[in-house]
Amino acid sequence: MNTFTPKFATAVALGATLAFSAGAFSVGTAASAAEKPVSGGVLQFVVGSKIPSYDGHRETTFGMIHPIRPFYSLLIRVNPNNAQSTTDFVCDLCEGKWKTSADGKTFTFNIRKNVKFHDGTPLTAADIKATLDKIIFPPEGVPSARRAWYSQVEAVETPASHTLVIKMKRQLSAIIPALASPFNFIYSEKDIKDNGYTWHTKNINGTGAFRFVQHQPGAFVEGKRYEDYHLKGKPYLDGFKAISAPKMSIRLQAIRGNRAAAEFRGFPPKARDDLVKALGEKVKVQESDWNLIMGVSPNQKKKRFQDQRVRAALNLALDRWNGSKYLQKIALIRSVGGLFFPKHDLAAKDDWLKANVPGFNPNTKANREKAKRLLQEAGRPDLKVTLWNRAVDQPYKVFGTWLVDQWRKVGMKADQKVVPSGPWYAGFRKTKDHDVTVDFNAQTVVNPTIDVSKWICSAGNNYTSCEDKKTEELYFAMLYETDAKKQYEKARAFEKYVLTDTAQWIPGFWWYKINVHRTYMKGWSIAPSHYLNQHLDQVWIDPKLR
Amino acid sequence: MYKYTIKRILLMIPTLIGAAIVVFGLLRLIPGDVCELRMGGEGAYVDEKAIEICRDELGVNDHPFVQFYRFAKGFVVFDLGDSMWTNRPITEEIGLRFQLSLQIAIMATLVSIVISIPLGTISAIKQNTWIDYVVRTFSIAGIAIPSFWLGIMIILGLLITTQAWFGIAWMPPINYISPFEDPIGNLTQLIWPALATGYRYSAVATRMTRSSLLEVLREDYVRTARAKGLFEKIIINRHALKNAMLPVVTVIGIEFAFLMGGLVVTEQVFNLNGLGKLFVESVTNHDYALTQALVMLVVLIFVVTNFVVDILYAWLDPRIRYS
Repeated sequence: MNTFTPKFATAVALGATLAFSAGAFSVGTAASAAEKPVSGGVLQFVVGSKIPSYDGHRETTFGMIHPIRPFYSLLIRVNPNNAQSTTDFVCDLCEGKWKTSADGKTFTFNIRKNVKFHDGTPLTAADIKATLDKIIFPPEGVPSARRAWYSQVEAVETPASHTLVIKMKRQLSAIIPALASPFNFIYSEKDIKDNGYTWHTKNINGTGAFRFVQHQPGAFVEGKRYEDYHLKGKPYLDGFKAISAPKMSIRLQAIRGNRAAAEFRGFPPKARDDLVKALGEKVKVQESDWNLIMGVSPNQKKKRFQDQRVRAALNLALDRWNGSKYLQKIALIRSVGGLFFPKHDLAAKDDWLKANVPGFNPNTKANREKAKRLLQEAGRPDLKVTLWNRAVDQPYKVFGTWLVDQWRKVGMKADQKVVPSGPWYAGFRKTKDHDVTVDFNAQTVVNPTIDVSKWICSAGNNYTSCEDKKTEELYFAMLYETDAKKQYEKARAFEKYVLTDTAQWIPGFWWYKINVHRTYMKGWSIAPSHYLNQHLDQVWIDPKLR
Repeated sequence: MYKYTIKRILLMIPTLIGAAIVVFGLLRLIPGDVCELRMGGEGAYVDEKAIEICRDELGVNDHPFVQFYRFAKGFVVFDLGDSMWTNRPITEEIGLRFQLSLQIAIMATLVSIVISIPLGTISAIKQNTWIDYVVRTFSIAGIAIPSFWLGIMIILGLLITTQAWFGIAWMPPINYISPFEDPIGNLTQLIWPALATGYRYSAVATRMTRSSLLEVLREDYVRTARAKGLFEKIIINRHALKNAMLPVVTVIGIEFAFLMGGLVVTEQVFNLNGLGKLFVESVTNHDYALTQALVMLVVLIFVVTNFVVDILYAWLDPRIRYS
């Protein structure tokens, strides 16, 4: 996390951002921790997306996480006091630290006693089992968006009323982060049994820090403090109001005009600078690397992109290191990296990428000469390439325009076709008649071994139309590896195969999350994903600054 | 007259059927579907089976004829079904936004009347004087300036001026305040979009008032009134303005109908949860059910409005019913 004062932020506005690495530091968190939270006040914040339903198990949008997550608890969650960590998970409805068996295949959780759902029903391990069964083993016809993450779970058991045991078919390091998914709202077994599997799409009954008050579709969601919340003394807020504001300009002006204290997804750099310039010390900026990579999928259904040399040339043409310097000033993209979240231990080091992946070598001139040579060898020196792109400014159009410029520098006849979101998706998911498409991989909890499953050729969200069993072999070898060092090596083997040997996918940049919020909102710290740390039980309003 | 009315009512039926077919067909020509956008729209991992279940639940996989039958039947029995995005009843979705859209439409119309009729009248009376030029420039600017741009400028202007004058940046509330709960709060929120929209709307009406009044002022009966020695004020108010108002009222009426669902961009700019915003969201979400319902609602409003106008014309001018 990168937290800074207005003077510092003004420097950012003048271009000083270049001086900072993407690394996180925690000045703000330390300062917040030193202050004593004050109870009271209603937090108003703006949300840029819509709520499809209230059921976290079936939905995938932050549009429902931001307003609905505060009504629910999870079994475990990312440590809210250390949200930047990619490996620090703590109990939410369980207590203490869970026990892992010697063979790493059984996890035992002690469930908190005296936790009540908002309707007064006491929580037991059976409620968590019913919830996890719905997520992991949903009955036919019941959607569970992330079911595949839990394919190695053998059973969820409740040997005692407040003991939960998760048994695995095999040891899997990815299971704990997967369980901490912010979408895994814990429901009451009674609600599921009595009302069925669709009840939670339109009704809310959780154990979260806030009770549901009302939802006016398209307008706002309102919650009030849950007095019996299991973390004593919390939440600090009397309530919250999540106001729907699809237009970014409105979200920005809402903070400026103090109609909202925060927006939790993220603003582009220009918006940050404008707010800092207008409000000075009245706003605080938090920044973080974002678990969201943007790249390009060449469509291997098209003959000219079936040639590995052509795909490698597309990659070699990109001057990422210099591109990052300039693009980060105007768009919410920044870090250069491989397929794995750059701040995770499993991520490739820069030196490895420079040595092993085409286009990562800082010698752009040599890269481009090689690209031209490869195109020549492939018989396509003036390759025609049309980029299929989404009609969204940040950062799609910015990124697309940069790509087109880069490709033209090696003699390609490049242009881009920008279409609305619906046709854009349909283009690479159904009709598949595009050349190359802007593609992205957005995830919640940083869980790299699962996050990179996108690049298995058989994955539903792999839009390259590749057919290659070896990606699966390499992926599962890495996923199931239990030794950290060996897993790192296998991660490199998978990454090298995807990016170099087959040049299946072309990485662009990792996104960079910039949150600007009113200084009087305290206790919230930025995480590497806009889905995380949105329970609001730690957030408080400083009346002195309001 | 009776036969004419029946004939006009019967003519509404093929119009509605035609509109339903066109709306249904056009929506399905747009690639993509609601489930893909809803579940995969943010690039997060999503189980393909979950998307298929969503499609089955919403009937997206059904044969187009089955889907059309469902839509047509629902429209006939006034059951518009549920939104494909929120799963809430469409009548509820529309009902929630109707009050706000109606209020803005009324306020914008009032703003428009207050501006356009005096200015149009003065402009006509003072034809080819500097006053006329100023009014015409003002009204042409109203037509030329998009109301959404004016809206953005109003918000920015409020933020900047309040900060400069009072030290605190102020902007209108961004979530709807009902006039029945807090009339002042409601007014502080909605006066700005009403001004932004009403100005553009008044520009059209001002020009119409001016040209219509100029035409009437050249009529024989006005000349006769002047020859009789009537005061100019009486001639304008009693004789000219009343007759000149007929086309102006028509323009205002049509614009009012348009405002009910057409404040698409203004509602976005001021973050108003009205029918226009709902329209945009339903289209971008590929929510066929909601889009179809909204389009048919607008078609119905226009068809009924036309019908009423036709009947009124026939009543006012007997020659029409025989033609």
